[in-house]
Amino acid sequence: MMRFLAWTVFLLGCFYFLMPLVGMAEFSLRMRRGEYSLDAYAVVFADPRFWATFGYSLKLAGATILFGVLLVVPTAYWVRLKLPQARPFVEFVTLLPLVIPAIVIVFGYIRLYNTSSWLPMTGSALGTDILLTMGYATLALPYMYRAVDTGLRTIDVGTLTEAAQSLGAGWITILARIILPNVMVAVLSGAFLTLAIVMGEFTMAALLNRPAFGPFMQLIGANRAYEPPALAVIAFALTWGCMGLMQLATRLAKHERAKA
Amino acid sequence: MASKSRRLPFNAAWLGLLPFTAFAVLFLILPTMKIVIGAFQGQEGGFTLQNFVDLNTASNRNAYWTSIKLSFVTALLGCAVGFGMAAAVVFGGLPKGLRNPLITFSGVASNFAGVPLAFAFIATLGPVGLITVWLRSEFGINLRAMGFNLLSYWGLVITYLFFQIPLMILIITPALDGLKREWREAAEVLGATGAQYWRMVALPILFPSILGTFALLFANAFGAVATAFALTGPQLNIVPIKLFAQIRGDVLGNPNLGYALAFGMIVITAAANILYIWLRVRSERWLK
Repeated sequence: MMRFLAWTVFLLGCFYFLMPLVGMAEFSLRMRRGEYSLDAYAVVFADPRFWATFGYSLKLAGATILFGVLLVVPTAYWVRLKLPQARPFVEFVTLLPLVIPAIVIVFGYIRLYNTSSWLPMTGSALGTDILLTMGYATLALPYMYRAVDTGLRTIDVGTLTEAAQSLGAGWITILARIILPNVMVAVLSGAFLTLAIVMGEFTMAALLNRPAFGPFMQLIGANRAYEPPALAVIAFALTWGCMGLMQLATRLAKHERAKA
Repeated sequence: MASKSRRLPFNAAWLGLLPFTAFAVLFLILPTMKIVIGAFQGQEGGFTLQNFVDLNTASNRNAYWTSIKLSFVTALLGCAVGFGMAAAVVFGGLPKGLRNPLITFSGVASNFAGVPLAFAFIATLGPVGLITVWLRSEFGINLRAMGFNLLSYWGLVITYLFFQIPLMILIITPALDGLKREWREAAEVLGATGAQYWRMVALPILFPSILGTFALLFANAFGAVATAFALTGPQLNIVPIKLFAQIRGDVLGNPNLGYALAFGMIVITAAANILYIWLRVRSERWLK
């Protein structure tokens, strides 16, 4: 009885989750009348805006990950090593992006950094790109910080630092050659999640008027019939890829630890 | 005297937090403060509550009410279905091999929100979607004639559940794992039935986790813009869409009303999250 109920719930859930995935895949193949074809994908891939916006979002994701790692790893390391009393403050700040909706944060950016403000970042394309990167870094902060902090918990930060210092290493050397390699797996899992978030992000890029992949998808969705589901399939594959790599990184970490 | 002069007036280690603090202040705290302060300022500056008075129109009240209802219903259904699926895999006697795929899939699905998710549902339940057409041609069921429209409140509910349910599964599965076998055995030894065990032991322990996740799902749905925007365009009257239109084109006719609208969002999501954090701290006591 119990088992029957469990199977029913599980299978109904599976049906609900598979339905839109099958729906989008099937619809994306329907462009040619009367038969299935990959025409919609051909149209999408032939569109120069697809490559331009995809490349743009990829570049921004790279910048966000780089910035996030440079910001989060030293901070989390420092809090563990020297400032355990600052932990509640830092953790509170890293949770704020889950509390304040992204649309409110970007609204603040637009009003705070517009062309007539003290720091006119939205005045130039480069400035807006930097602002958007900072926005993405904010969105990724809760996940990045938690991943790195969990990674640091598994190593003995104090002993490693003292050992490196007694061999004459400076702070940069310690961070780059001792701490970072030890939390690499955690950094990677945070990085793949960041990539997944940035590639599909719509609100911030649209409101800052930047040519990112999210607003491009929305534009196609408003004007075309068969290309949007093709884009959805591509975006789903991308998310799946990022999560798969993230899981792989975590599994490798467990394997490493089991060996040690 | 000598030892005093060598000591810095404050703990120099705090300087190490300077980059992080600068980032948080510039890109998180100041932008939010700008909104909060703007909400209480008039057109020429100066403190006022007029923005909230002006915000109180039928259309805006309706937007908040629809948003709250949408977030509440999707959080409630997300919790119920997510709990059911997690419980089915953890206790329901399903093959152990199903567990990891479910968790992995939940990780993917909870991040598959926004524009592409809307496309997937339009392709499935839209006017010419797979399920719509299939029901009409095979069974003669016309969803549209029955009053179902994907680009409406209930359409949004069905779509939002696609990321709400997996989030619940991701958070509640570890909590279900934390229920110790001994508790169940102890309850059985004392003569409890299965239902009594759930009502008097398991659910009270899980209750903070469930309610906490409910609050998180609520905030998650309340702040979502992209899914709704890609699904229904700028027409649907919910708060995030309204704020989006206001930022783009000042549809309310007064920039300070935008601040007030955004301030209302912060208050609601902050309340939901404070509830979440508080309940999480409480629930972790039992799951050590």
